[in-house]
Amino acid sequence: MAEKTIVITRFDPDKDQAPRKQEYKVPCEPDWKVLDAVNFIKDELDGSVSHRWSCRMAVCGSCGMMVNGEPKLTCKTSINDYGDRIDIEPLANFPVVRDLVVELDGFMHKFESVKPWIVRAKEKAADQAALHETKGTYSQSAEQLATFKQFSMCINCMLCYAACPVVANEPEFLGPAAIALGHRYNMDSRDEGNAERNAIFRGEGTVFSCSYANECSEVCPKNVDPAAAVNQAKFEAVIDWAKNLVLPRGGA
Amino acid sequence: MNVFRHDIVIVGGGGAGLRAAIEAAENHPNASIALVSKVYPMRSHTVSAEGGAAAVARDDDNLELHGFDTVKGSDFLGDQDAIVYFVEQAPKELALLENWGCPFSRNEDGTVATRAFGGMTTKRTWYAADKIGFHMLHALFQHSMRFKNIVRYDEYFVSKLLVEGGACRGVAALDIRTGEYNAILGRGVILTTGGGGKIFPFTTNGTIKTADGMALAYRAGVPLKDMEFVQYHPTGLPGTGILITEATRGEGGYLRNNKGERFLVDYDYGVGKKAELGPRDMISRAIVQEIEAGRGFSGAYGAYVHLDLTHLGADVINFKLPFVRELAKTYVGVDPVTTPIPIRPVVHYMMGGVDTDIHGATILPGLYAAGETACVSINGANRLGSNSLTECLVFGAAAARHAMNYSKGAGAGDERAVIAQCEEEAGRVANLRGRKKGGEKIAAIRRELNQVMEDSCGVYREQVSMQAGVIATAQLRGRVADLRLEDESKVFNTEVITALELQNMVEVAETLAVSAAHRKESRGAHTCKDFKTRDDTNYLYHTMVHHDPAGPRLGKKDVVLGKWVPEERKY
Repeated sequence: MAEKTIVITRFDPDKDQAPRKQEYKVPCEPDWKVLDAVNFIKDELDGSVSHRWSCRMAVCGSCGMMVNGEPKLTCKTSINDYGDRIDIEPLANFPVVRDLVVELDGFMHKFESVKPWIVRAKEKAADQAALHETKGTYSQSAEQLATFKQFSMCINCMLCYAACPVVANEPEFLGPAAIALGHRYNMDSRDEGNAERNAIFRGEGTVFSCSYANECSEVCPKNVDPAAAVNQAKFEAVIDWAKNLVLPRGGA
Repeated sequence: MNVFRHDIVIVGGGGAGLRAAIEAAENHPNASIALVSKVYPMRSHTVSAEGGAAAVARDDDNLELHGFDTVKGSDFLGDQDAIVYFVEQAPKELALLENWGCPFSRNEDGTVATRAFGGMTTKRTWYAADKIGFHMLHALFQHSMRFKNIVRYDEYFVSKLLVEGGACRGVAALDIRTGEYNAILGRGVILTTGGGGKIFPFTTNGTIKTADGMALAYRAGVPLKDMEFVQYHPTGLPGTGILITEATRGEGGYLRNNKGERFLVDYDYGVGKKAELGPRDMISRAIVQEIEAGRGFSGAYGAYVHLDLTHLGADVINFKLPFVRELAKTYVGVDPVTTPIPIRPVVHYMMGGVDTDIHGATILPGLYAAGETACVSINGANRLGSNSLTECLVFGAAAARHAMNYSKGAGAGDERAVIAQCEEEAGRVANLRGRKKGGEKIAAIRRELNQVMEDSCGVYREQVSMQAGVIATAQLRGRVADLRLEDESKVFNTEVITALELQNMVEVAETLAVSAAHRKESRGAHTCKDFKTRDDTNYLYHTMVHHDPAGPRLGKKDVVLGKWVPEERKY
């Protein structure tokens, strides 16, 4: 066991004008994650500290925070990666609700705006008739699955937004996770919504705002590689646009 | 206080809740569906299911086999009408999930791949590598966004059902961000809040799994059913309790003791040729017995055995079990490609829950439940792995259909009285904020509750400890009403939420202890050292617990039998 000083950025809009730092001495076990230290503070030292967490196995995406200035999934980050003093702040580039809790409204709006669902051109009834022959499921090869699988692994932890230099300057930027999500559906062989999403991607503040910093892929705890998705989405959006010039109905 | 009106209100945004919302929204485009969750839906604990979801898919399989496997797995306590309906609906529901974008793993011919699972006769578990729960949840959540008539209340905590004139009229919900109360009204409420594994100290469950829906229904006069049946998953990581999927064994992994023996093969644990693919209750007991026989390993977080995947090779592990590899490396520092994973049985799932019929309806008009919150029951005394996600889909959809149907004929009741109830609830919860006069801290009571439940309702149970559990949980129910809280803020006050969750857990824990102590037999996951065999003469019934100011009151409900006659459960 080693005592560490955990410095938490506190902010309660009911009484604080600005964020303040509060220090806690925490006896840390060597196998702890950073989240364990925050939970210890909440349970034993100060019940008024607010943070989000749930699964503690790096899949629910709740517990992203800035740890010594870097966005981290705190349930996956070993406390031993740090020295005796650890600075914990809410995720950068998001409005703060309270303490370590950030506001997701903007993120959720971006997320929904890319139409993250399977779009089919055919009427449902016609589709169902075709599906009937395959016990109701679409056929998809392992190769087709592999084209988008990686981009479907995003846990919405939002670390990539906290790391993205474009989001920092341009909060309306659609951002890495939302673009990767839209691209994920564009690449899915079951989907026919490319034209709609590519039109979105050609709009302002989307794929062409990306500055190739690659920070998003570096901080991603699930190796989704959103930077690759953004690059591929740019390419597809341009090809789609060119096709529209030559064949006005997108070649369909 | 705000008042919002919808056709139906769904509480919980995991697999069952999202499926219910989609079913209602798609078939009733003019209806308004409220989806209320204490977390953003993609944080729901469905996310951490790993292995797969069961439904007949292959030519060598049929509904009869899936039905019988489920009945036998339940140790004949599952209701056979519900199980027949479940296995019939299962393939259609999973096909819909595929249509909605779930990235299922595939066979070479492009059809959905299936894998072997415990207690299942053949390969019928549809999977997405080892993250089916994550993909199912995200596919459902993303698909739900296309329906503009689903109105989400993200991060709203429901603390009370609003019951007036003998029917459920809506919910009292605390907006966690503002601290304000809201009456969210509907002519039909569906509870889909998951189970309550956090009652126990060592669990696969995330911190949000606090039995909220069960407590809400119970306090509203709806009985809980079969609460004594708690599933221990055989393979959890020591210390954290993080789940290592049964798919590891479905793909050919072995359990080994400290002599390197595959003890499920070398010793008779009743699982026969199934070995590692036996049902969870039996495998968990076998592990405990191996440890008690001195054939386990000792570690900082208690004794354990090994889950050996080394013979599967890096390719199989990377392709089919990549999350397991990530979890083992991150949380116990072991790479399963080269080294066995330390594992021990861990609380995973509650077979019991809110008593419903086959349509998800409770005895309270207007109140429905589905998923782990509910007890239909298809799981009886022991659930088979990969049936629970499918259950969320099948019964989430069924509950939505019946709730929508109910809503068309239901009146609104006395709305002023309903809103007055919500105001009263708002007052109660406001008094909890910064309650410095209280006696004990949340964490202290939670630790004590956890210890009581582990001591009284573990893998093996004894009358004397179960009776002690009954007394201890009743006492905790008194103490949890007098908590000491520090946080006075209205904004995102997670301390108040934690206090409400602890009150829910204590209430439900008491029903669990009382149900367990009364069942003097061994059936499925309920294993008594004092009563070692199943007793169909005296205990082939569902345990019912009713809320009573004096404490839980027990009752019985018949098991629905059918073509499968109870027999000795051997594999």
